[in-house]
Amino acid sequence: MRQTSLAEGIYDLWIRTDLAAEARCGQFVAVYPKDKSTLLPRPISICETDRQEGALRLVYRVAGKGTAEFSRLKAGDSVQILGVLGNGFPVEKAKPGMNAVLLGGGIGVPPILELAKSLSCRKQIVAGYRDGNCFLREDLQRAACADLPGTEAAKGSAFWIATEDGSVGTRGNVMGAVAQNDLRPDILYACGPLPMLRAVKRYAEEKGIPAYLSLEERMACGVGACLGCVCRTVAVDAHSHVHHARICTDGPVFEAREVDI
Amino acid sequence: MNTKVSIAGVEFKNPVMTASGTFGSGMEYGEFVDLNRLGAVVTKGVANVPWPGNPTPRIAEVYGGMLNAIGLQNPGIDVFIERDLPFLKQYDTRVIVNVCGKTMEEYLEVVERLADTDVDMLEINVSCPNVKEGAIAFGQKAEALFAITSRVKRAARQPVIMKLSPNVTDITEMARAAEAAGADAISLINTLTGMKIDVERRQFVLANRTGGLSGPAIRPVAVRMVWQCANAVAIPIIGMGGIATAEDALEFLMAGATAVAVGAMNFVNPYATIEVAEGIEAYLRRHGIEDIREIIGCVK
Ligand SMILES: Cc1cc2nc3c(=O)[nH]c(=O)nc-3n(C[C@H](O)[C@H](O)[C@H](O)COP(=O)(O)OP(=O)(O)OC[C@H]3O[C@@H](n4cnc5c(N)ncnc54)[C@H](O)[C@@H]3O)c2cc1C
Ligand SMILES: Cc1cc2nc3c(=O)[nH]c(=O)nc-3n(C[C@H](O)[C@H](O)[C@H](O)COP(=O)(O)O)c2cc1C
Ligand code: FES
Repeated sequence: MRQTSLAEGIYDLWIRTDLAAEARCGQFVAVYPKDKSTLLPRPISICETDRQEGALRLVYRVAGKGTAEFSRLKAGDSVQILGVLGNGFPVEKAKPGMNAVLLGGGIGVPPILELAKSLSCRKQIVAGYRDGNCFLREDLQRAACADLPGTEAAKGSAFWIATEDGSVGTRGNVMGAVAQNDLRPDILYACGPLPMLRAVKRYAEEKGIPAYLSLEERMACGVGACLGCVCRTVAVDAHSHVHHARICTDGPVFEAREVDI
Repeated sequence: MNTKVSIAGVEFKNPVMTASGTFGSGMEYGEFVDLNRLGAVVTKGVANVPWPGNPTPRIAEVYGGMLNAIGLQNPGIDVFIERDLPFLKQYDTRVIVNVCGKTMEEYLEVVERLADTDVDMLEINVSCPNVKEGAIAFGQKAEALFAITSRVKRAARQPVIMKLSPNVTDITEMARAAEAAGADAISLINTLTGMKIDVERRQFVLANRTGGLSGPAIRPVAVRMVWQCANAVAIPIIGMGGIATAEDALEFLMAGATAVAVGAMNFVNPYATIEVAEGIEAYLRRHGIEDIREIIGCVK
């Protein structure tokens, strides 16, 4: 296990665990703080898996007490996790010959990395950040270009950045970068803040293409028991028999058309 | 060594149950817990029709516990009987169904639908603080509690547990009303009404504004209320509120509870129920106690 800081408040944690063997992109683990004043486990997406080493990579932002505690973990420490949880990104929906566009916004960027590594079709990645602290930039670039011919042109058409302050790439959000660079997705995958996911959903509906969104909600159990983490669904959910699906077990990834966000 | 306890003629292999709403229908924790080793599984509240529950956020973590405002989302009694009950009946454990409703008629409809099923007991939730109508109103006035208890008792085929709210001035008054109306047992405590404010956003954390407090923070209140009720009524008590370990459970048993339920701490430790059951056995062995019934209510 090791941990480094990627940018101000952003940490990169590798943990050794047997769960690495079964972890798929878009799934998450719930990490328990040791401090008993913070009882509930914190959901964190899988950023990358190393099956050979049996290790999972978690990249997270310090958002409060729990993540602040995690940021102090050092090599040799151990940490309690529950997982792997949820259904990941459906990679099989991206058929050979399709162009998949992968959108990550802010702390929604990390799971895009393992997704990119898991997709075998043509793919283009857009990562959105607040400012010039573009964490995971090199990893994403490498993943986007892994299957491409070594030409600069090919590489240049696989990875884009959008920043809110305009310091790198397109000024604005990921959808701005999609428009500016004339990306033409056949299928979309996205993880990021709610306004971004709403924009992705709208775009996908306009273009009539499938989009898979990774949603967030406050969780308690992580295993589908407490019904704390639901999102509104368009149809009556098969498990709950109401218009609510559990993000922890039925998600966190949903087809955009199925959810009311 | 005996760990069996009995409530209203129903025998439980050990006194450890799951608290309603914290264990789904049992299925969700199947990966962690062998349900055969539990005294009983108490289900999430079930209504006559599916309930959508409250908007999100429904969960807020607080010091030593959590607030929830699920709003009794449930798939309704039909789905429960077709899907969840057959699942639970595969196991050698008792099944207690938690029943919720907005009106007297809704409670009675669920109770009647369960009459021909092989569930072992009913727990009537008149104490959920998270639904606007009905529900808790029945649990905060002794006359209303008496009325619903007697109606449910007349309709029910199974023994009836009335689940009491701690959000009252005098819990013993409620316990006595339930007993007088014919309840076979009482369970307590349900959650304490609470609130959390996000000071950065100057907003309530929960969409419902208020939520029910559970977890270790409420345990001393719960132990006190169980002890008070044990001294006020003769019917058995199922105690709950912040149980995390066998020691916690033993406090409830010694205060007078015949059985205990583990709630929010399942979220913190999915193995909590099993650890509590094993820990109680270890305690009995360590102290050379032959029968668990010797310690029930031993602290006067
Ligand atoms: C499926 C999923 C995947 C996630 N993946 C990542 C990731 O890869 N990297 C990352 O940095 N963050 C991720 N998050 C958000 C992360 O869970 C929260 O930032 C974290 O729980 C905050 O905990 P805290 O103790 O630092 O904050 P506090 O504010 O002290 O937390 C208080 C409570 O609120 C909950 N909470 C606070 N913010 C969130 C949130 N945004 N989502 C869900 N629960 C929250 C906490 O779990 C805790 O129970 C993910 C959330 C979900 C639901
Ligand atoms: C998420 C959650 C859902 C709950 N749902 C129900 C319910 O459906 N019916 C009920 O009677 N009590 C419900 N409760 C209350 C618990 O059964 C229990 O009485 C209470 O949480 C106190 O125990 P604890 O501190 O061990 O959690 C719920 C509690 C939580 C935390
Ligand atoms: S966190 Fe409990 S159901 Fe999802």
